[in-house]
Amino acid sequence: MYLKKIVVFLCVSFLALGSTGLASTLEDVKARGVLNCGISEGVPGFSIPDSSGRWVGFDVDMARAVAAAVLKDGEKIKFVSLASKQKIVAVSSGQVDLTSRTTTWTLKRDAKQGVDFTTIVFYDGQGFMIPKSMGVTSAKDLDGASVCVTAGTTSELNVADFARANNIKFEIVVFDGKKEALNAYASGRCDVFTTDISQLASLRSTLAKPQDHLILPEVLSKEPLSPLVRHGDNQWKDIVTWVINGLIAAEEHGITKANVLEIKATSKNPVVQRMLGKSGDTGSYLGLDKDWMVRAIQTVGNYGEIYQRHFGPDTRLNIPRGINNLWTKGGQHYALPIR
Amino acid sequence: MKKAASFLTKDNFKNMALQMAVLGVIFYGCHGLLTNTQANLEARNIASGFGFLSLESGMPISNSLLPYTPADTYGYAFFMGIINTVFVSVIGIILSTVLGVTIGVARVSSNWLVSKLAEIYVEVLRNIPLLLTLFFTYTIVLAALPVPRKSLTPLAGIFLNNRGIYLPRPVFEPGMIAVMIALLVGIIGAMVILGMAKRIHDNTGRVIPGASLGLVVVVGLPLAVFFMAGAPVTMEHAVLKGFNFRGGLVIRPEFSALMMGIILYTAAFIGENVRSGIQSVDPGQINASKALGLSQGLIMRRIVLPQALRVIIPATTNDYASLVKNSSLAVAIGYPDMVSVGGTIIGQNDQAIEIIAMWMGVYMTINLLISFVMNWLNSRVQLIGR
Ligand SMILES: N[C@@H](CCC(=O)N[C@@H](CS)C(=O)NCC(=O)O)C(=O)O
Repeated sequence: MYLKKIVVFLCVSFLALGSTGLASTLEDVKARGVLNCGISEGVPGFSIPDSSGRWVGFDVDMARAVAAAVLKDGEKIKFVSLASKQKIVAVSSGQVDLTSRTTTWTLKRDAKQGVDFTTIVFYDGQGFMIPKSMGVTSAKDLDGASVCVTAGTTSELNVADFARANNIKFEIVVFDGKKEALNAYASGRCDVFTTDISQLASLRSTLAKPQDHLILPEVLSKEPLSPLVRHGDNQWKDIVTWVINGLIAAEEHGITKANVLEIKATSKNPVVQRMLGKSGDTGSYLGLDKDWMVRAIQTVGNYGEIYQRHFGPDTRLNIPRGINNLWTKGGQHYALPIR
Repeated sequence: MKKAASFLTKDNFKNMALQMAVLGVIFYGCHGLLTNTQANLEARNIASGFGFLSLESGMPISNSLLPYTPADTYGYAFFMGIINTVFVSVIGIILSTVLGVTIGVARVSSNWLVSKLAEIYVEVLRNIPLLLTLFFTYTIVLAALPVPRKSLTPLAGIFLNNRGIYLPRPVFEPGMIAVMIALLVGIIGAMVILGMAKRIHDNTGRVIPGASLGLVVVVGLPLAVFFMAGAPVTMEHAVLKGFNFRGGLVIRPEFSALMMGIILYTAAFIGENVRSGIQSVDPGQINASKALGLSQGLIMRRIVLPQALRVIIPATTNDYASLVKNSSLAVAIGYPDMVSVGGTIIGQNDQAIEIIAMWMGVYMTINLLISFVMNWLNSRVQLIGR
């Protein structure tokens, strides 16, 4: 069994060998006609296959926007399900062109691990989920508790930090897969399950009796989630960064999936005209055509629409926008100028 | 002189040249691979070398045999993984051998029910992937045991719950040193007694109960000293405090489930080795021994086993090696063996090549040690011409 792992890692290293450092991801993707995108192992709301096997979710839509901008078709994506442990290596080795998967932007990952982060798509923070029957209301009262967590995550490190900082003792049980970690929590192996709060809400909805579980109020950490690309290909990083930034800008300007063509035809606003390729040449700076942003918005809608579709009040998760609202509405999302 | 001359024949020369050429190509390929890898890693800003091992890991490890905290280094964390892998391997090898021999002997039993049950055991466990068996044992361990507050207490001071098996932990006081010395003396004494018993038996044919006498010395001497020193040991009991038990000696469910899975699985293979070993002994010899009036036990010990072992040992060496490698499946059920810990370190540093090299080094060392010991054992049981 370890042999299999070694073979996989060797293959990954050989992949790193095969592609020379200077190859252009954009050219590769265009030649291939398919965007290879790393995705989670299934987290409702963020990314999960629907009943027909098609991946849907917030992270999925971010990737589809990129595919629409680059390949003119949001369906030309091959999703590769990655466990937390693999998500960085898969990008740095070139196994995938892009990973869009609840990944926290940290200095070490950015500067040391051969990947570059693009732009923050979701402002998250780590939290604790416990069975209501435990009768605990604060994380500080959890001294001595057993905590189930997934390997290779910031969550694993933060929970150890939290215990050290607050001088409490946890028995931290680390599982390779999120599924196994959650199962262990559900079967009573642990008192606590920990990951990013939005994922707690999502994963709680998959438990047998969601109402029996409580997410504690403490926020342990900042988890700015961002898609990531291989280190060293600035053009490709720019593309992903600006497509997603464009989705936020679209929300700021009230451009939606439904009205994007109409606005392109009628808007007199030069900022909007540049963004939608009616004037100026923003697409060519990225190595794309004029309609890159129009296609992205046509495919998935603006940031707000994507959020509502997967986390809004009509969904099972119903995560309030809060800090993930636009800066003009008390949130953190602030689109950079497209010019 | 003749040899040297023939060494330079045309054919030999051609062969040599060819081999040199192949070697050259391999070296060239490796060199290219290395430089290319280096360049690619540099292009992605990924460091190489083992420097990262001395950095603080920050990662928790739930089952460590030595004291470990996230403030320790990656190197030390990996070492905890190695210890766990070795620990699982050693216990696994011992217990799966005990169970395997039992199964193997049961399979050749003349009792129909016993041999049928053993056969079913072997067929079922051999044909289910170990990973599934592990998921099964882990689920069973968690489902069968109660929450800490409702722990089972089969004996006073022992608690069973879904967080582990809690036992009293012996805390040694200084007087224990004398007991240890007494144990050492006892072992040496027993060896001397065994040697003497053998010599007397060889010379005079008189049977001296050396084994029993030795046992008395090994157990009796330390025991006497232990009580003379006033039983210099206290027991630290686990106590329920908050959500969990604290103190005492704890065996975590991940470890129990892993051991159960690995032992049940490997024992099926060892059982088959034992069966084929026993069946390889000519039944005529057994009949002859019976005719001579030897007892069942003596026939087993003196006639069957020495010959069966020649078949059993080489096959079992392979199964031990597989057991060691299979222990890496621990990762699936949250037990921090070397592969699990190393995988997390790769995830945090992207230095896969270094960690893989370390994994290979450790597995190779363990398996070479196993085959060394087993080969030695094997040479001991070979027929020695007199
Ligand atoms: N944001 C954290 C953790 C994110 C994360 O993805 N955590 C777990 C959830 S426990 C995971 O593996 N989730 C998704 C999956 O692969 O199914 C990080 O970047 O390390």
